[in-house]
Amino acid sequence: MMRTYAGHSTAEKSNELYRSNLSKGQTGLSIAFDLPTQTGYDADDELARGEVGKVGVPIAHRGDMAQLLVGIPLDRMNTSMTINATAAWLLALYIVTAESDPAGAVAPEQLSGTIQNDIIKEFLARGTYAFPPGPSMRLIADTIAYTVEHVPKWNPINICSYHLQEAGATPIQEIAYAMSNAIAVLDAVQARVPADRMEAVFGRISFFVNAGVRFIEEHAKLRAMGILWEELGRERYGVTDPKALRLRYGVQVNSLGLTESQPENNVQRIVLEALAVTLGRDARARAIQLPAWNEALGLPRPWDQQWSLRIQQVLALETDLLEYPDIFEGSVVMDGLVAEMLEGSRAEMAIVAEHGGAVRAVDYMKASLVDSHRERLRRIESGEQVVVGLNRYQQAEPSPLVGDGDGGILTVDPAVESQQRDAVRAWRDARDTAAVDAALTELARVARSEDENIMPATLAAARAGVTTGEWSQTLREAFGEFRAPTGVGEAAAQLPSDDNAFLELRDEVEHLSEALGRRLKILVGKPGLDGHSNGAEQIAVRARDAGMDVVYEGIRLTPAQIAASADQEGVHVIGLSILSGSHRELIPAVMDALAQRGIDVPVVVGGIIPDADVEPLKAAGVAGIYTPKDFDITGIMRDIVRLVADRHGAPTGGG
Amino acid sequence: MTIPDGAMLAARLRDGDRSAAPQTLNLVENRTPEGRRQTAALLRELSPARLGGEAQGHIVGVTGPPGAGKSTLLGELLRTWRGRGLTVAVLAVDPSSRRTGGSLLGDRARIAFDPTDDGVLIRSTAAAGRLGGLAPSTREAAGALVVAFDIVVVETVGVGQSETDIAELADTVAVVIQPGSGDALQFIKSGIMEIPDVLVVTKADLREVALRARRDLAAALRSVGERDTAVISVSSLAPATGIDELADALAAHRTVIDVPARRAASRRGTALAAFGAEYGERGLRAVGGRRAAERRLAEADPQADIPALLDLLSPDAGQETT
Repeated sequence: MMRTYAGHSTAEKSNELYRSNLSKGQTGLSIAFDLPTQTGYDADDELARGEVGKVGVPIAHRGDMAQLLVGIPLDRMNTSMTINATAAWLLALYIVTAESDPAGAVAPEQLSGTIQNDIIKEFLARGTYAFPPGPSMRLIADTIAYTVEHVPKWNPINICSYHLQEAGATPIQEIAYAMSNAIAVLDAVQARVPADRMEAVFGRISFFVNAGVRFIEEHAKLRAMGILWEELGRERYGVTDPKALRLRYGVQVNSLGLTESQPENNVQRIVLEALAVTLGRDARARAIQLPAWNEALGLPRPWDQQWSLRIQQVLALETDLLEYPDIFEGSVVMDGLVAEMLEGSRAEMAIVAEHGGAVRAVDYMKASLVDSHRERLRRIESGEQVVVGLNRYQQAEPSPLVGDGDGGILTVDPAVESQQRDAVRAWRDARDTAAVDAALTELARVARSEDENIMPATLAAARAGVTTGEWSQTLREAFGEFRAPTGVGEAAAQLPSDDNAFLELRDEVEHLSEALGRRLKILVGKPGLDGHSNGAEQIAVRARDAGMDVVYEGIRLTPAQIAASADQEGVHVIGLSILSGSHRELIPAVMDALAQRGIDVPVVVGGIIPDADVEPLKAAGVAGIYTPKDFDITGIMRDIVRLVADRHGAPTGGG
Repeated sequence: MTIPDGAMLAARLRDGDRSAAPQTLNLVENRTPEGRRQTAALLRELSPARLGGEAQGHIVGVTGPPGAGKSTLLGELLRTWRGRGLTVAVLAVDPSSRRTGGSLLGDRARIAFDPTDDGVLIRSTAAAGRLGGLAPSTREAAGALVVAFDIVVVETVGVGQSETDIAELADTVAVVIQPGSGDALQFIKSGIMEIPDVLVVTKADLREVALRARRDLAAALRSVGERDTAVISVSSLAPATGIDELADALAAHRTVIDVPARRAASRRGTALAAFGAEYGERGLRAVGGRRAAERRLAEADPQADIPALLDLLSPDAGQETT
């Protein structure tokens, strides 16, 4: 199956995009939701500021969902929804939309598609969680138990190792944590379905994996996953049906390795990564999504997505890739690689099991990922790992692809946010308030019960016109709020004795701290709903290793929270990280909040910041801006030390 | 580098101006000679003599092993205290190693608070040395903030011997433990642990386990003849339970102690720690050793402020260390 991950601005605009993609030969839908929808906030919530319609489409209620899917034949469509914390809710909206389709009701049994519905990787890597781990696992178990009976063609969970690799996981960590995650999910479902349904449940579990540019090793990884999965089904859950035991997975190939510098090179990276998941038939992906070549620059345009779709079409239809049986059968090299992967993964799975399983091992896994990612960055900085165009062969002709007026990316009209805000308020005013209140009261009761399935009350709420923010808030009240571990506190201290630039940096930090009278203190903050915290974590750990006191509070902070922390903590400098494209709204909002508290310290920003946005941010008072092409973190740290020294009139340099 | 004026900050704190708190903390952490001079001015201006008695706030030490649930509990306590109209400052002491010089101060991330509420302040600080003791600046900070806040919480990590510092500083010490960890029980029985004023058993949602832990602890306390320590069971999971009872127990303890005596002892301890940080072991030897220094401080006026106490020690030290 071929899809591109898409959605932005509004339900109406996204619907146009889907219909156009379907007419170009795409065979399924892959819906991207915006961050407020993913984390359970309506467009008029303070936390939604700057994020509405940015990385996907905002869906607040059944009216938005109906608009999103108008004219699309749901009985024949296979729809993948990238949704996790609020998956039960979005699935309910989809079911309700189908049953009231003006073109003819479509029954739940006819619907096919996937909800991602995997929360552990949200705690570890992606950050769009909404509830604490225990209740989150219960919601997952409920949706699985419900769909197995009522929406049998639906894949109720897509266990993601994809985001773990994006967060720096080695192939062995990727396998082991995904399998441990699957065990946690299956164990939770086992408690909520009759024993004779476990085979059906097992057969509905699918995976969403990553494929990096080391494509031979990556292929071995997938073969190893297939073996472990079958073993797990047979031994732990007593599954015997060979069809149910087969590892089913979809792929989005690696984005972490895509570069901002010389971005055209990403096309060949994407092609090679696609080979990793298609080369051998015994471990071939069911569905593939390819990122766009310019993802590291900003939001891709329709043309960029079309290019990615064409890569798949050339692979599938022009080459002989699909014509042979498994080409690695009997390969000594491949078998050896797979055996290595199996051994390493089993050892790592045993460690997770010793922690009490994946839910309890979140802290351990998170800290391990932060460590792996730091090692990866160190190898790139030192040149041990070559990234063409980034740390080798940096000289290049100017690219004609990024020279045009729009900078080679799509931008979302800022008016979308205020329109959506008004629209959701209008929706609330127009509906039957008594029905909404009754639905929410019932939802709260079911949430507090220990054994009732959440889906019937969720479907009733969807029909009554409840909004995404209301459904989530009701559950937040029942389940409690939660902040995931940051992983940075546990990351081991690293003291490279042979890295001169780093040693000079440490001297500079010591001298400046002496001159300041107390240790140089930095606040690392992530404003907005964007949960991609790898960059912020690496900056925090490196600053600590360089000798600074680091205040890092994790993701999802409002500008007011960042300003309050900066004030109360008495920091000398602030580093902000944003990858969701909402920097234009959020950075100036943080600067205003700081000014209101009378805090005058240098602010630097890191993230996916298009060139066109650099000057406006500087005009708003930002002292330094760093993007993915700035891979020398030690250099960034030295800039920060100099900024603070200048502000305080202190000398710098190791003397 | 401008160093704030200690006397002016003191005046603002005396007026109950809590917005002076962050700058006060920046000042007491400042190790430059001018910083130390201004800190001395600040502390003199906040002395019992200047205030007309001991500051009315309540210094609460909250300590316990990592993972016991201190931060989530503090989030709940904050909510309860604010609901009662009390202002709160939290000094979260981070235990992370100072091997690289730097520290990752992650604690405030786990304490939920409303950024627009000026009745709450949370400040993370690094621990002194490897054993997780309190830095002199943390002691000075608690002494200064208790003038302007109703409650000052000093949160530390540890169980066993490292509570000595916190017991010396706080009016009331609460030790937080989770059920199933036998450490606290063993420490009480063997007499290693200073007996806290309040013992908090978290994760009451684990029902049976938590109940048994609470019973065992109460029995252990009786076996060492300790009957005044309250043992409170709490759950920070929604809906939180036991938090009101805990807030009551902490407040009740404050009413039965001799606050002036505790604060005087705390100031002496702070002066000694500050002296140690400034002059080291050599300085202590010059005044005849730790015991002699303690005796000299004990003879001082109970209302003496920290700079005055330091003056009692410093002249002798000066001759040998400069």
